[in-house]
Amino acid sequence: MVTISPDQVVLWSLGQFHLNATLAFTWLVMALLGAGSWLVTRRLSDGPEISTWQNLLEVLVGGMRDQIRAVSHQDPGPYLPFVGTLFLFIATSNLLAVVPGYLAPTGSLSTTTALAACVFVAVPVFAIAGSGLRAYLRRYVQPTPLMLPFNLIGDLSRTLALAVRLYGNIMSGTVIAGILLSLTPFFFPVVMQALGLLTGMIQAYIFAVLAMVYIASASAVTETPPSEEPAETPANSRNQEED
Amino acid sequence: MDSASLIAAVSVLSAGLTIAIGSIGPALGEGRAVAQALAAIAQQPDESGLITRTLFVGLAMIESTAIYCFVVTMILIFANPFWDHAVAAAGG
Repeated sequence: MVTISPDQVVLWSLGQFHLNATLAFTWLVMALLGAGSWLVTRRLSDGPEISTWQNLLEVLVGGMRDQIRAVSHQDPGPYLPFVGTLFLFIATSNLLAVVPGYLAPTGSLSTTTALAACVFVAVPVFAIAGSGLRAYLRRYVQPTPLMLPFNLIGDLSRTLALAVRLYGNIMSGTVIAGILLSLTPFFFPVVMQALGLLTGMIQAYIFAVLAMVYIASASAVTETPPSEEPAETPANSRNQEED
Repeated sequence: MDSASLIAAVSVLSAGLTIAIGSIGPALGEGRAVAQALAAIAQQPDESGLITRTLFVGLAMIESTAIYCFVVTMILIFANPFWDHAVAAAGG
């Protein structure tokens, strides 16, 4: 029997409380990221001599800032904590799949739904903080008020798509590795694992970029003067309905 | 044919059809997208970074339709609610 979710793997249970693999490994990834960044940022230097780990963090943070700036054409400062955290969490939990016995928490629909719900909440939060409630609500009736239901459905369906996309990609890697393991034991599962690592990185990148695109498209409306808005909005809404 | 074997047969058949038909469209779409991106990179090698990034995001969006089909297939095979119901009804 192939398990299609680490939710079903119970590691430890006390009474009616069950500690499943999703919870345990989510906390493991969080502890790893938290402890790692705490250890590295404890002794930062701004001189020419920097430690290896500080160099790694600088490359990561600098790369994320560049990507956010390239995607959103805005200052990456306010978006970096949220989008960067999403990327680091998903990337770490996918990359740790090389460790035997580890089940990626992103292979559970609960985790990915929670992450997608964070994006669903973050989009209006960033947009309202940037431009105010009125401008954010006006976005929903932007081409014509007739588009209001479609904009609402687009908001919900893209959240669903975000969750199912990440879940499906990671879960398919696990399931295919499990099926191949029973058919051709030695070589092919390793190849699929390597492919799964690549897919995991790309999915982490894509999740973060899509979150950034959604946030930027919600808050970019106010940056352009109202006369230019109709040119911007159809492209955005079409983009949202396609996925 | 009792209901359990009917459910099993229909589930397996439709699982195969789901992933087979559902992967045709994304395969064609991804092929087109990659071909266009390669042509664009050949024309403008300086923009290859931007084109590659847009290509990856686009490929993930196209691929997600195939992933939805895959998720439905996996649910039909491994976590089929109708099958569970039939088994529970037969057992209980």
